[in-house]
Parts: sequence; C-alpha cells; structure tokens
Amino acid sequence: MSIAQEGGPPKVALIYDPKVRSIAYQVVLVAIILFLAYSAVRNAADNLARAKIASGFGFWNQTAGFDISQTLIEYSAQGGTYGRAFWVGLLNTLLVAAIGIVLATIVGFMVGIARLSRNWLIGRLAGGYVELIRNVPLLLQLLFWYNAVLKALPDLRDSWTVFGNVYLNNRGFFAPYPIFGEGIGLVAAAFVLGVAGAIAFRIWARRRQERTGEQAPVGLVALALIVGLPLIAFFIAGMPATLEYPEKGRFNIRGGLEILPEFVALLIGLVLYTGAFIAEVVRAGIMAVSKGQTEAAGALGLRAGQTLKLVVIPQAMRVIIPPLTNQYLNLTKNSSLAVFVGYPDLVQIFTGTVLNQTGQAVEVVMITMAVYLTISLVTSMAMNWYNARIALVER
Amino acid sequence: MAIATHDSRIVGKERFVRATPVAELPAPVAMTGVIGWVRASLFAGPLNTILTVLTVLLLIWLVPPIIDFLFVHAVWTGADREACLPTAEHPEVGACWAFVRDRFSYFIYGSYPIPERWRVDIFFAMLAVGIFWLLWLEAPRHDLGALYFFVVVPIVSYILLTGWPLIGLRAVDTSLWGGVLVTIVVSWVGIVFSLPIGILLALGRRSNMPAVKLFSVIFIEFVRGVPLITVLFMASVMLPLFVPDAYSPDKLLRALIGIAMFASAYMAEVVRAGLQAIPKGQYEGAMAVGLGYWQMMYLIVLPQALKITIPNIVNTYIGLFKDTTLVVIVGIFDFLRTVEVSRIDPKWAAPTTSATGYVFAAIFYFIFCYGMSRYAKSVEARLGKADRR
Repeated sequence: MSIAQEGGPPKVALIYDPKVRSIAYQVVLVAIILFLAYSAVRNAADNLARAKIASGFGFWNQTAGFDISQTLIEYSAQGGTYGRAFWVGLLNTLLVAAIGIVLATIVGFMVGIARLSRNWLIGRLAGGYVELIRNVPLLLQLLFWYNAVLKALPDLRDSWTVFGNVYLNNRGFFAPYPIFGEGIGLVAAAFVLGVAGAIAFRIWARRRQERTGEQAPVGLVALALIVGLPLIAFFIAGMPATLEYPEKGRFNIRGGLEILPEFVALLIGLVLYTGAFIAEVVRAGIMAVSKGQTEAAGALGLRAGQTLKLVVIPQAMRVIIPPLTNQYLNLTKNSSLAVFVGYPDLVQIFTGTVLNQTGQAVEVVMITMAVYLTISLVTSMAMNWYNARIALVER
Repeated sequence: MAIATHDSRIVGKERFVRATPVAELPAPVAMTGVIGWVRASLFAGPLNTILTVLTVLLLIWLVPPIIDFLFVHAVWTGADREACLPTAEHPEVGACWAFVRDRFSYFIYGSYPIPERWRVDIFFAMLAVGIFWLLWLEAPRHDLGALYFFVVVPIVSYILLTGWPLIGLRAVDTSLWGGVLVTIVVSWVGIVFSLPIGILLALGRRSNMPAVKLFSVIFIEFVRGVPLITVLFMASVMLPLFVPDAYSPDKLLRALIGIAMFASAYMAEVVRAGLQAIPKGQYEGAMAVGLGYWQMMYLIVLPQALKITIPNIVNTYIGLFKDTTLVVIVGIFDFLRTVEVSRIDPKWAAPTTSATGYVFAAIFYFIFCYGMSRYAKSVEARLGKADRR
C-alpha cells in the first residue's frame, strides 16, 4: 500500500478497515440466521408432512370438545371452539394475575415496612418470612399449598361451615353469590358517578389546599360518594339483587359462588412468593430515602405515620416503581405454573390440552408466547410512562 | 469548668471547687442493657406493645405445632406406610422421616443403575472442587479453576455420566437420570452456558453494528418476555420439528437447551448493567493505548464489569436453580419430581407423607439458595470495602 497522502486519512488494507469489517461481520451473522431459519422451516415442513399434521390457524374455529372447570365467559364442550377456549384461558390467567398483583402488593408493602420496624420481633419475623419464601422454588410452594394443605381439607361430608351457607372443603370454597335483577344498571351508573365525583373532589380539594392551605376531608367524601351513592341507588331501584345460596347435596354443592382449590392454591402461592420479593423492593426503596428526610419531617412535627405517608413513601416510590413493575410481570408469567396444579389458565388450556388435541405445536406455542409478550410490552410501556411522570425533575 | 478554675484562682487559698470533671453517671438501668433493649425494641409505645403481643401469640400458635410435627411426633424408622399410619397408641403422627430415609437414594440418583452410581458421586465431587475453587476468593490460580470448571469438568462428566463403552463405562440413557443429579446437571449447564452467551449478548446489545444489536435485543426481550414454561414447551415440542428427524435431540438435551437460552437472556441483562457502570474513560483509555475491541473487552472492561456484577450473577443463579424445577413439564425426573412421584407411591401413601416430602425438598432448596445468597452478600460487602478505601 502506498504511503498516506497529505491531508487524507491513511490508507489501510480492506481487511483492517473497521467499517468493512463491521459490515462483513453483520453479513455473516445475517447469513447464518437466515440459513438457520430456512433450514428450520424446511425441516418443520418435512416433519409436519410426514406426521400428517395440519398447519395454519384453521383449528381456531373447530369444536374443542373438552370441558373447562372455571369459565368467566360462556363455554361448553360441545359448543366451544378452540378459539373460545383460548379466550377462557386468557381471562383466567388475567383474573389470577390481577387479583394476585393487588394482594401481593399489599403483602409486600406490609412485610417490607415491617422488616424495617424498630420492633425487633416484627423485624425478625418479616425477615424470616422473606428469606424462607425467596429461597424455596415457587413450584414447590404451589404443590405444597395444593397437595399438602388444600387437598388435606375435610371432604364434602365434613365440610367446614360458617353461618350455614359458606362451605370450605377439599373441593373448594363455596359462598352465597348475588344474582342481579332489573335496575342494577342504575346502581352501576351511580358507582361510576361516585368514582368520577370522588376524583373531581380530590382535584378540587388539592387545588384549594395549594391556594389557601385549607384541607378538605377527601377520604370521607370519597367514601361517601363511592359507597354511599350506589347504596342509595340500590334502595331506590328496589333492591334488585338476591343472594343465591350454595346448596349442599350428597355428592356436590350446587349454586352460589364457587372458588376452585386450584385457584386458591395458585393465588396463595403467587401472592406469598411475589410478596416476599416486593417486600425486598420496598425495603430497598425506603432505605434509599436519606435519613435527613425523616429527621426533617420529625422536626416539622409530623408523626411517624405521617412521615411515612407524606415524606418517605412518595420519594421511595421513585426507586420502587421499576423493580415493582418487574415483579408484577414476574407474577403474571409465573401464573403459568397453574398447569402444575391444574388451574385452567392459558398455558394449561392452550399449550396443554389444545396442543395435545391438534398437535399444531408451532402455532399454539407461538400464540401463547405472543400473548405473554404483549402483556409484558404493554405493562412496560405503561410503567415507563408512569415512571417518566414521577421522575425527579432536575435543573 | 473554665469558670470553676477561674474562681479558684481568685479565692486563692480556699480550693474547695473541683478542678476535674465528675465522671459521667451511667444511663438509667431502664434505658440500657437488657431492659433498655426490650423497652426500645419491643415495647416502645402502646401500638408497638400490642404488635409485640400479637406476634408472640402468633408464634405460640405456629411454632409448637411445627416442632411437634417435625420432631416430637415424627416417625424416624419403618419399612413402609404402616409405620406412618396413625394408630391407637400414636393417634398423632408427625413427619414421616422413614419415608425420606427409604427413598433417599432415589431422590439423589433417580433411576441411575445402582452399580454405576459411583460415577455420579465422582461427578458431584468434581463439581464441588470446581465450585470451591472459583468461589473462594483467596484460592490460587482462578484462571486454571475457570478452565477446570468450564472445560475439563463438562467433558469429563459428560463421558462419565453418559458412559463410553470403549473405556469400559457402560452407557446410561438419560431417561434413567433423575433426582438431585438432574437438578444439578440442569442448573450447572445453565450456569456454564449462560455466562459466556450472556456476555456475548450483552456486548451485542451495546454494539455499534445494527444487525448484531437488533438480533441481541430481539433475543433478550423475547425470551425475557415469556414464561420459562413456554420456552421449555418450545424447546420440547418445536425444536424436534426444526431439525432433521435423525438428529432429534433427547428429552434432557431439549430441556437443557431451553434452560440455557432462558438463563442467557437474563444473564445478558445482568452483564449489561455491569458494562454500563464502567466509566467511559476506561473504554477511551483502552482505545487510546491501541487495544482492539476484544482486547479492550477482555483486558480492561469485562474484568471490572464482571467483578461488580458478581452478586447479581449469583442472584441470577439462585433464580435459575429454583427454575430448574419446571423441567418437569417436559417429562424429566428432577429432584422435585422424584419427591412428587414417591409421595404418591402406594408403598408410602400415608396422611403425612406429602407434607414430609415437601418439607424435605424445601430444606434441600433452601440450603442451596440461602448459601448462594449469603455468598453474594459477603462478596458484595467485600467489594464495598475495597471501594471505600
């Protein structure tokens, strides 16, 4: 190669040129991926043809022909399609995830704060809970709750009863369930109105407090609006609801609200497990708030509870939110362990039964993964938005 | 004090004022020692007192039954379920430890042929040596240790465990493997593969090459966005479709691939956090002295990044170790599965067998995970000390 010309960059051999190299690497990588993808698709086509398995999404509208123990939407073995079964499973997953997230947050915050308590006994108890739960696999805990606790409850004949119409036995938990009649729409409308009114009142109260310093009883007013208004509407509409009581027969219990032991086991397991992780997140978040903040709040005359609520928690939330989101996503993904206790969630119904019946592994696994990916992405986006909103605004 | 000395000088002869300070009185007994500690940490205020009383009541309600179950009413010896059934003499039967003793070797080796089990023992011993070598921070020659752990042990133990008829080791099919052996193999394969692949993915995600970056991001986000069960399902039912029939991997290998993929994606994010913590000056300094990309990473950046990531890497391993329980879904007999199978075995079916099996499994997992987390904490403390200097 010639010596570099004056002013121009020194010339190097092509294989030493970083730009050329980088392009070459990428071409090689893309070529390898394309080759792998191509051979995978070709092999899959071969293998599927040999095993005489259909491909495509035609199975979606075929009759499923299997029963599901918990359905939030109408579904029957004869009338239901695979597509319908998918929605049943998805709703069951979302149900257990939503309830689990609420309860795990409550458990997590209580334990996390308890662990920092000045009360030695409570701190130790919370610490022991966190260490024990976090170091034992979730699957083991689920199996324990299901097989060793819930299945060990008395059977139908010796059910535990409260008030004569709430039953607990190894088939589940049975309680009265309200059946709504005509006019319930009025109550629902009153509830929506109440919530909207409470939000509006809170905004007004905050504005007024910022302007004049006067505080308004936001909590009481909100309670009156959200609970009281629907209650009044309920009586005006002529009490359009009756309770359906579970009736105990010789072999089963009919009617009323039925909660499956599978659901309870999954929920207890998920809540206790995720709660322990959230407790650690909360503890780390609170410890990240400098001690000066607590001391300053004390100097201003705030009580311990007020300090926690008005000074420490709002600042700790900035640290807590991102890992908390991760825990919520983990809980949602871990709800797929339902398959081990037989709760009919998305994975159990779709990746289990539907896959076995249709044999269309590629389509079924892809759809399942797409669902979880969507949930993950939507949650991260929502949390990023929230995070950006509460982030510290620096100069 | 100053005033006192001043005064005494003025008065002259009459030196009745002390010139030295009186020794401090000890704090009131009620504020120090055991009593003070109890007051401050158990009965500080009415609310705290109520909480303490409630907690004590809770413990009284919980702890004695647990001790009764685990020790007092426990059955320690016996040949089959008869020993663990409640009888007229022993109406209350606690944990059925006889069951665990009877099935112990099944829990460890699964159905691995009994005359060949010494091979598994050697595998455990080799692994223990490697782990000790790498984790003990003062141990000599960590480079040799890494070579031993990441290269020698995998090759030797592969030959040892699957067998090699040529040198007189009978072939043992992986479907016979089970128990702790499978749990350790699966988690160890996850550990060995996830770190290098995770590092590559993390570097790829921070790379300037768009194709490499895109691939890394898609892989990481895809795997992290779905539950491990679906990854295992994919490895178990889709992987055999994607390769020619003749090369269809066996069940254990499928699960291993799934676990390795899953662990790598999580490891990549942990390593990336470490890479981001390295100041830019380190990269620029390395480039300024003329190091190429790999030299820069190998000699300057990764040693620092990995050092500060050790606690997080260990935490990822804890998660991985717990997650190995899910391989049951593809039909592999890991430790938890052997417990699960044994507890419903008619030979031992008794009211407390299930609970006993689960308690035993929980103790096993707890010891490993808690040990790892203590190690991570101690490394963290050590690194913190080094940084504070």
